[in-house]
Amino acid sequence: MTKQQANWSPYDNNGGSCVAIAGADYCVIAADTRMSTGYNILTREYSKICKLADKCVMASSGFQADVKALQKQLAARHLIYQHQHNKQMSCPAMAQLLSNTLYYKRFFPYYSFNVLGGLDNEGKGCVFTYDAVGSYEKVGYSSQGSGSTLITPFLDNQLKSPSPLLLSVQDAVTPLVEAEAIDLVKTVFASASERDIYTGDKIEIVVVNATGIRREYMELRKD
Amino acid sequence: MQKCIKNGPLAQLLNAKKAYPVRPEPWKGPPTVSYRKMFRNQYDTDVTTWSPAGRLFQVEYAMEAVKQGSAAIGLRSKTHIVLGCVNKANSELSSHQKKIFKVDDHIGVAIAGLTADGRVLSRYMRNECINYSFTYESPLPVGRLVVQLADKAQVCTQRSWKRPYGVGLLVAGLDESGAHLYYNCPSGNYFEYQAFAIGSRSQAAKTYLERKFENFTDASRDDLVKDALMAIRETLQGETLKSSVCTIAVVGVGEPFHILDQGTVQQMIDAFEIVGEQEGPAAEPDAAAGQEASAEPEQGAAAGEGVAPMDI
Repeated sequence: MTKQQANWSPYDNNGGSCVAIAGADYCVIAADTRMSTGYNILTREYSKICKLADKCVMASSGFQADVKALQKQLAARHLIYQHQHNKQMSCPAMAQLLSNTLYYKRFFPYYSFNVLGGLDNEGKGCVFTYDAVGSYEKVGYSSQGSGSTLITPFLDNQLKSPSPLLLSVQDAVTPLVEAEAIDLVKTVFASASERDIYTGDKIEIVVVNATGIRREYMELRKD
Repeated sequence: MQKCIKNGPLAQLLNAKKAYPVRPEPWKGPPTVSYRKMFRNQYDTDVTTWSPAGRLFQVEYAMEAVKQGSAAIGLRSKTHIVLGCVNKANSELSSHQKKIFKVDDHIGVAIAGLTADGRVLSRYMRNECINYSFTYESPLPVGRLVVQLADKAQVCTQRSWKRPYGVGLLVAGLDESGAHLYYNCPSGNYFEYQAFAIGSRSQAAKTYLERKFENFTDASRDDLVKDALMAIRETLQGETLKSSVCTIAVVGVGEPFHILDQGTVQQMIDAFEIVGEQEGPAAEPDAAAGQEASAEPEQGAAAGEGVAPMDI
């Protein structure tokens, strides 16, 4: 008697990759804009990046319906926080909230692979990386999604020192300048889109620094 | 019998305070020194008792509590609503209570009465707005919110283990159907107004507003704020109007609800006001007209200054 298999899955993977890099006074968060299902493309212009607070931005790949639901949850909780504390949530506070929100659904998880980036209370860049159920860590850089297996080794190679494998969490900031980090992100996505079929079309790059939040785009291969 | 034993030892025993609770004597009329002399009500012990005249006294007493609170006023035009309140501090050492709350980007509320009840109701309103936005991805229409508030207040008038909320709320909100100002009573009633004032000495403000309200619909935002400040000044009855004694908040088309900071308010007071004694209505237009011309650029710049979200 074989075990009954599910004939329907509540999840789907819409593909895509996300990257974030933290610097001394900035944070770069980037994601491609392709949304796929199976071997098909649903749209070439879908944003996976969401601004959660003044200095806190999240990029998520995975099942975009769950991602959208997660973003809405966090936005609502942030509003409540603002009503109670009269100020915006800091990035580390949002990081903990995201972790708790994900673990809350430990037994029917959000199929969402998240990367949170922003500035902490002192204005230093910070990046937090998550798994689907909320396990998180503060790092200098991170990548999630279908292209992460191609992107992470490259970032490790370029940004050796702050790799969590070699250095402690305290110094989780890369030595790069903002322009260098953006350039690195563009290189990394260009490479990933060569081999990963789910990554491509366009990159959306969001930069958080003391002056505010800025957005730019770069075209990628459409195939 | 007691009359003939006035001060003897037996009288002392009889008149001594009993250790156990004693059934009160039958009602012979109001005691000589008592607040109940005013109302003479046997039907006001709890909210679930009707009086023979068909009134619920506890609810009416709750509305009294609103009248005791410090004044709050609201007025609206077609595109903007302004809320204002008088800040009353318990003593010189303490800060004043917060009476204006942001409920959502498009709704704010000013309260008068038991501010603790007001805080609780504001939290309820904020929650309702957040839940509605979450479900429908659009802002909660103000009319719906006030009905929900009113129903919540009504519940407290029909449960023996509850008491009515002792706070009146002036709800200012902007939605697809335009700018609205509502007043929610502890009784569970609500009314829509062009302009209204609640709290102590609000009658003076209401008189001013009744005189001016016909101009409000098409008034500019700055004129509306000016009228709000004038109305507040009426309730102060001689006390100097300065930004430390009042709080002003605005919501309008293209302008999310926010409380104006003290600097901006003081500038507006200086710009239009003849500080000091109340001016007669005749003197106002002359002085105001002359000052408004020079005040416009100042007000424009001042109003544009960034106000942090949800800041006091």
